[in-house]
Amino acid sequence: MTTIALDTVQEERAVVQRVPLSRVTRVELRKMFDTRSGFWLMASIVIAALVSTVATILFAPESDLTYYTFAKAIGFPMTVILPMIAVLSITGEWSQRSGLTTFTLVPHRSRVILAKVIASVTVGVASMLFALAIGVVGNLVGTTMAGTDLVWDVSVAHAVDIVIGSLLCLLTGTMLGLLFRSSPVALVAYFVYALLVPTVSGLLATSQQGYRDLQPWVDLNYAQSFLFEGTLTGAQWAHLAVTVTVWLALPALIALRLVTRSEVK
Amino acid sequence: MITIESLSKKYGGRTVVDDISFTARAGRVTGFLGPNGAGKSTSMRMMVGLTRPTSGGATIGGRRFADLPNPGREVGVMLDASAQHAGRTGREILTLAQQMMGLPSRRVPQMLELVSLTEEEADRRVGSYSLGMRQRLGIAVALVGGPSVLILDEPANGLDPAGIRWMRDLLRDYANHGGTVLLSSHLLHEIEVIADDIVMIGSGRIVSQGAKAELLRAAGTVVRGRDMQALEQALRASGLTTSYDDQGALCADAEPGVVGLVARESGLALTELRTAEGGLEDLFLQLTADTSREGKAA
Repeated sequence: MTTIALDTVQEERAVVQRVPLSRVTRVELRKMFDTRSGFWLMASIVIAALVSTVATILFAPESDLTYYTFAKAIGFPMTVILPMIAVLSITGEWSQRSGLTTFTLVPHRSRVILAKVIASVTVGVASMLFALAIGVVGNLVGTTMAGTDLVWDVSVAHAVDIVIGSLLCLLTGTMLGLLFRSSPVALVAYFVYALLVPTVSGLLATSQQGYRDLQPWVDLNYAQSFLFEGTLTGAQWAHLAVTVTVWLALPALIALRLVTRSEVK
Repeated sequence: MITIESLSKKYGGRTVVDDISFTARAGRVTGFLGPNGAGKSTSMRMMVGLTRPTSGGATIGGRRFADLPNPGREVGVMLDASAQHAGRTGREILTLAQQMMGLPSRRVPQMLELVSLTEEEADRRVGSYSLGMRQRLGIAVALVGGPSVLILDEPANGLDPAGIRWMRDLLRDYANHGGTVLLSSHLLHEIEVIADDIVMIGSGRIVSQGAKAELLRAAGTVVRGRDMQALEQALRASGLTTSYDDQGALCADAEPGVVGLVARESGLALTELRTAEGGLEDLFLQLTADTSREGKAA
């Protein structure tokens, strides 16, 4: 049955180079696209951008047909899809048990995780640039059809802030994926975090004066939301830095430590 | 070469692997044998860094697994053929391994051919694979980097008889070329036909290890003669320990050749002379009995 001979086993150790991080990252990037679910998640970025653009052209009032309206409409689905991509990139190794192979081919888990973060951020930045570009097309087409003036009301600095805001959503997905290492649990956790927590925090802020003053310092969603609105003040950057450290960086480091020590079965 | 030194794993107060030490040598197939739950898989996971040992460790060619710069090029690992993303095709899984190890892309079709997966099968999603096909794919992934050491957990599971034969020939060939093979099984027969060395483990401890030939020889000789009493006396006079088995034959703790010589020198005619079977099997059954349902019922 064997038509191909086995390689001659080398008596002496071949000169083997350490697997470079760039290669791990490239493979991890490929793994984000090469399954049916992965492919459709990626495709949904394009589909969502196009649908949002068309919907804005059709349904937005003519006076609102500005670039910011398009950027916002296209940017919103990204804050849902990108974290899902980031979550699944991490949790798949456990949920699908492919980690048995991944972590034996690269027996340093923090390197694999770093590669996954780089790959996710790459996808995130590319998606956001794509979304902003589609917004430009939408704005040109929409205003031409409506016969209104072209309004470019998003500065480069604001666009950068929007991309940063989306990447924070994506990295929150990465953190939750690392923390729970299970696709359904991490996805549910993300939606609780992104949908439920802001509502509760908002209610609390309207009823409790004490909390209202505290909110910018403790509510990551709230601190992050200003990135989408416009450029930030110094105080707002400080709020963002504190909340990101407490709710994103710290849990991520704890999760990373758990991941490196845990057993892969 | 794989060297295991005082490897132990405890979960809470439960000891799953209890101070095991052995060496899997180059050019030989080492069979890691034990009933289900004996600690084989945990031991193998510890060898490749997926599970942290409580104490002790393992080295491959003198280095810890985590210190290997590109482990796939030096150690082929298959711990669970089913542990793959069901949505990827077989070819894709093999390609990911090939790319991670930095190998030329022609290795992928080569390996598919080696493990007899057709082009059509390779392009199907692994979710639709039979266990036997997954084992073949797992072997392909383990071999794609041209490693000199193989660590395989239950590789024959799910293979049909022809597949088991194929696997045996493949691993034999690999060891004959100087490779080190460590494979586990809970089936004695599987290990008996393929392994050169056997490490038997039960409840986390090594209960027996050595060359297969020696372990089988240690079972002794079964002998019958016309005059059983004279035979027994002659054997005892030569310093051998003897006993009667339940069939009324004499069992002696020596090779058949030695027993035959003793008989000739004493001028005794023999009617039967053979290696006692199942020394290993008795030991294995005894092990299995401790954990299996049959054992508890008995």
